[in-house]
Parts: sequence; structure tokens; C-alpha cells
Amino acid sequence: MTDQTDTTRLFDRLNTLGPRAAAHRPWPRHVTDRTGWRTLIDDLDKDGGLALIGLWADADAGGVNVHAALRDETAGTGAVAVVTLPCPDGRFPSLSAVRPSAIRLERAIQDLFGVTAEGLTDPRPWLDHGRWGLRHPLADSPSPTDDSAAPPPYPVLPCEGEGLHQIPVGPVHAGIIEPGHFRFTANGETVVRLEERLGYVHKGVEALMRGQPVARAARIIARLSGDSTVAHSIAFAQAVEAALGLTIPPRAVWLRALMAELERLANHLGDIGAIANDAAFAFLLAHLSPLREAVARSADACFGHRLMMDCVVPGGVAPDIAATGPQRLLELVADLRRRFAPLVAVYDGKASLQDRTLTTGIIHRGLANRFAAGGFVGRASGRGGDARKSPGYAPYTDLEFEVPVLTEGDVNARVWIRIREVEQSLSLIEQIIRRMPGVPRGPDGITPPPLLRLPSVGEEREGMALVESFRGEILTWVRIAADGTVARCHPRDPSWLQWPLLEAAIEGNIVADFPLCNKSVNGSYSGHDL
Amino acid sequence: MFNHILRALTKGPVTEPAPSPSTDGLAELAGRVDAVSRARLGRSLSIRAVDAGSCNGCELELHALNNPIYDLERFGLRFVASPRHADVLLVTGPVTKNMAEALRRSWDATPDPKWVVACGACAIDGGVFAGSYACVGPVEAVIPVDLRIPGCPPRPAELLAGLLSLLEHSAAKE
Ligand code: SF4
Repeated sequence: MTDQTDTTRLFDRLNTLGPRAAAHRPWPRHVTDRTGWRTLIDDLDKDGGLALIGLWADADAGGVNVHAALRDETAGTGAVAVVTLPCPDGRFPSLSAVRPSAIRLERAIQDLFGVTAEGLTDPRPWLDHGRWGLRHPLADSPSPTDDSAAPPPYPVLPCEGEGLHQIPVGPVHAGIIEPGHFRFTANGETVVRLEERLGYVHKGVEALMRGQPVARAARIIARLSGDSTVAHSIAFAQAVEAALGLTIPPRAVWLRALMAELERLANHLGDIGAIANDAAFAFLLAHLSPLREAVARSADACFGHRLMMDCVVPGGVAPDIAATGPQRLLELVADLRRRFAPLVAVYDGKASLQDRTLTTGIIHRGLANRFAAGGFVGRASGRGGDARKSPGYAPYTDLEFEVPVLTEGDVNARVWIRIREVEQSLSLIEQIIRRMPGVPRGPDGITPPPLLRLPSVGEEREGMALVESFRGEILTWVRIAADGTVARCHPRDPSWLQWPLLEAAIEGNIVADFPLCNKSVNGSYSGHDL
Repeated sequence: MFNHILRALTKGPVTEPAPSPSTDGLAELAGRVDAVSRARLGRSLSIRAVDAGSCNGCELELHALNNPIYDLERFGLRFVASPRHADVLLVTGPVTKNMAEALRRSWDATPDPKWVVACGACAIDGGVFAGSYACVGPVEAVIPVDLRIPGCPPRPAELLAGLLSLLEHSAAKE
């Protein structure tokens, strides 16, 4: 990727905020001061087209820097930038009043770095449940705590009124699901309010990656959220490659997209079945889960792993596709096309099932906009964004596909977005196999996998990537140290921007519809909890 | 839909048949699980899955066990919603410190006799998350473990194989 320059309003405005950091690619990063940061807050307040797509921090001996990633959604491709505020006194003005998506991101920054977000509308801890034995693990010098003491109580937000009662659920749930706590306040059957508490599967991923060689960090990133292992690996690889100015072999680019579409296919097929199952319509799960299994087995046959974990690595891809792979995938596509369409007709034709999904769990477009929600959550609520199209990356810029958009914002719309995306992914897999560049033969006739060694550049570099997972847009930011190790990596799973919307979706629905709402939003716990 | 049902009735289930040793050794395994579990536990072994910090990769494969191709329930093995109904706790993840208490409480709530399966590299030794400030590490640091099923994540066939050896292991313990 090359540096992208742009002359939209966003960039003009950012130039006045402060100087551009030299080593940040491919989008610009501007270092500002408190005055500039307040200007940014004003702009966010006035301009609804300015989306906050990431908010994270990093620390060195000089103190903590807070970074906000922004996108001008009214402009075209490439209108992305990062604004950085150094906080030598350990404080920064909160963005939460103008972008509610900042609330949890800032609570996480407070927990991990010990800086204060001034004016944060909800200052309670988020990832830190008081059990780590230390505080501010990502700060320059974390402070130890006594973890034998009982963890501090976590006050849920008050919700009072006649006839209201609370239902606590989790962290251990009834099915095979990840842990999290849900506190419902209900009036009879109707949910008046839902409060989520997450952080139970916080594994300290960002601290684990710090100081590690890139290859080791890639193995950790591949395990951030198992269902998106390919997408997260691509995002990390692209960020590292942007930082190091490395162009990978074209065949690797196409193989990555092939794996990404297989992953999208598998997850959507699983989700559609699981949503129907949550409406007690087990038939669709019974017929769709074998399709998912067929995708997993094909991935295994082609790349040696059912989820394709560790197959995408910085520099290229670890295995090339098996010799029989392309033919097998073309057969898979034909088979899925034949078997999927009649199941869609079943979904569409069952009034009792539609009764559960139509008008259930509505997320309004305005709210989705304020959270810059992507994926099936955003697209079911009228937001057409897709990182494969904008900012866009290879090979998708050469491929033909549509991004489905609906406006109803209910469970049904989120199902249909998945259905349409399954169809698009099937077409993409076909296109990729037909057009993928061939295998270049080595001098000795042996074909090496399309994988380059990472160059050593001998200076600190920064890179960022926006990559579309099945769930939505991943933002990954890295700083590579002069010795080639990972100085800081922040992967922002799309779940950060989608989990809060579930709280809005369930309001006014009955408790029994929560599984439907939850599964249709399908946030990743592990990807979010870091 | 009725066409689907009709086809299922006439063509039979998609479940991989018991005696066809070609696919992953799954079919051969199927017969052994069936014989041992019948002898030891009548026809049932109830499993409660507890995610103690997994990346959700292990959960995807546990779900796959329930699909009609593996059809776990034909062996009398089934996932249950409460630890109080379980014979086996199947634990995934590097036991995050934020989940350790919930895991301990799930174990306390499981009636005796009970077995614990550590599923996946994380549950066995912390996997790539070993040494984190936020993880306890192996499941056995929190509750006693009877069986380890390696893999990241273990394939569904390996999970089945593991459940079989649990049956043999628990029989030998007495
Ligand atoms: S063993 Fe692997 S797949 Fe399972 S939870 Fe750990 S990292 Fe994820």
C-alpha cells in the first residue's frame, strides 16, 4: 500500500490540529494538543458524517498517548485519519458526550493505562474486574494490587419503578456460548432495560503481544476471536506490511481473500441456522449446520485447518492451497448453491418463524450511525459501509460483488443481510479461484508458498489496517520497534461498536426474544474483551 | 420444507454411518463410545460446557459435535444447560482471572461423581495466553482435571475420541 493523500474537508481540518507523524501508514496521523482535541470534539458534535472508528492508547516513558481514528463518511475512499493527543498529566477530554461508542473504549483505556477521561459519562471500570493482581497493566509501570481481597462491587445502573424486577443472567450461560453478564430489568414480560457487563474473557492480549517478534504476535492475534481468525490475521498482517512498506506476492493477496470468504460463509451459515433455532425452529439449524460443516472440511482439505488459524501471516500466507483445493472449492460452491436456496425459501415461507423475527429487536439507523456500526448490524439498519469497498483493498478492488443494505433494522433484516452475503461470498470464491494468479515455479522446480521475509527497516514504524470480517470492520493498529518487534498493537474488533446496540435493540421486546436479538447481533466476547 | 423432510425420510440421515472407518476414524470411534458408555453410564453422559476464557474457536467445534453429521446425542452424550444436571464439566480457555470464580462455582454446583475435561491447548496449559497477568493458566490450577483433549481447537473427531478415553479413564479410577 502507498501513502494516500486526500483533499477532503476532514483532512484539511486535521492539518490545522497539529503536525503529521512521519512513520504512520497508509493513512495520516496528526499529533494535536488539548485545544486541538477540543476542536475535534466540536467537529464530532456538529458533523454527523464524521465517524469515530477507533479509540485506543499507548504508553512510553514520556506518558500516555490517546489515539482516535476517524472516517469522513460523506467523502469517498481513503478519508481516514488518526488524531493523537499526548497526555503528560494523565488526563484527556472524553469523547463520550459526542460519540457514545467512546464510552466503553475510554473505560477500557482508563482500566489499562490509568489515565482519566475527563467528563466520561460512565466512569465505572470495564475490563478490570478487580482480579488481576495489578492495575493499569499497559501503563509504563503497572501498580500491583492485593488480589486476595474481595473484588470491589460493580454497581449496575439504577432502574426503578413500580412493577419492575431484575433478571441477572451469566456470566456462565445455558448454551455453548462465551461468558458475559446481562442484567435485565423487566416489567412483566417486557424488557425495560438491559445492561451488559463484559470483560470476563479478558486475556491481556495487548500486553502479551508487546515486545514479541511479529510471528509470535501473529499467533496471538489469530486467537483473539476464533470465529474471525482469518480476518484478524489479515488485519494484523496488513498493518504490519503497511508499516514496513512491504508488498506481498499477488497470489498471497488472493489466497487471503479466499480464506476470508470461506470464513464469512461458514459463520453466516452457522448464524442463520442458530437464529432460527433460537426461535425454536430447529429444522433450519439441522439443515444449515451440515453446510457449515462442509465449509469447515473444505477449509481443512485446502489449508490444513478447519478454521484456517495461523494460515495468514505477515508477509503472505503460510500454506499455499492444496493442489486439489481449487477444484474442491468449485464443487463446494456448486453444492452449496444447490442446497442453500431451498432453505432460504423455507425461512421466507414460514409465517410462524417470521412472526418471531419481523419487527423484533429494531436498531434504528440514527443510533447505528452514531456508533459507526458495520457488518450485518449496520447494513440491516441502512449503513452501506464495507471495508472491502471503502477504503477497499486488494483483491476486492478487482472483484465484482454487492454489499446488501436493508433499512428495517430488525432480526429479520439481519438474517437477510447474511443470506445475501452468503450468495455474494459464493460468487467471490468462484471469481477468486478462476482469476487467482498461478503458482510461480522456483528455479529447482519446487514451488515455495507465497510468503516473504519481513524486511528489517531499523527504525520505528506504524501501520494501520481496516479489514472486513464476517461481523464487520476490524481496525488494527501497530507500532513496530526499530528491532522489528511489536511495540504496541491494538486490534479493535467490530463488536466494540455493536455490543452497545444490543442494549437498545432489546428495549420494549419480551425477554423470550433476547436470544434472537443476541444471536442476530452476534457480538464476539473474546474479540471485545481483549 | 416438506420436500426436505420427505427426502430425509427416504434417503436416511446425513449422519456419518457407524461402520465406515475411512473418515477420521470417526465411525470406528462411534462404535467404541457406544459400547463403553452403555456399560458404564446406562446410555447417558451429560456434559456442561464452561467457557473460561476461550477465543471461541473451541466452542465452534463443540457446536459442530451437535450437527447431524457427528450427531453426538446418538451416543447418549449430550450438552446440558446447568452444571447441576452434568456428569462432566468440559472447560475451554486459559481460565481468565475474571472467570476463575465462575468456573469454581460451576464445579461446586456439579453433583458427584463428576469429571472434568480440559478442552484445547488453552485449557491444558494456557496456550498462547500462558503467563498473562489476566489468566490463571491451566484449568487444573483451579479445579482437578481428569482428561485433556489437545488441539487448537481439537477437531470434532478428536473431541469424540477424548470423551471415549474419559470413559475408560474414569472406569480405571475405581
Ligand atoms: S485452544 Fe485454541 S481454539 Fe481453543 S480457546 Fe484456545 S486458542 Fe482458542
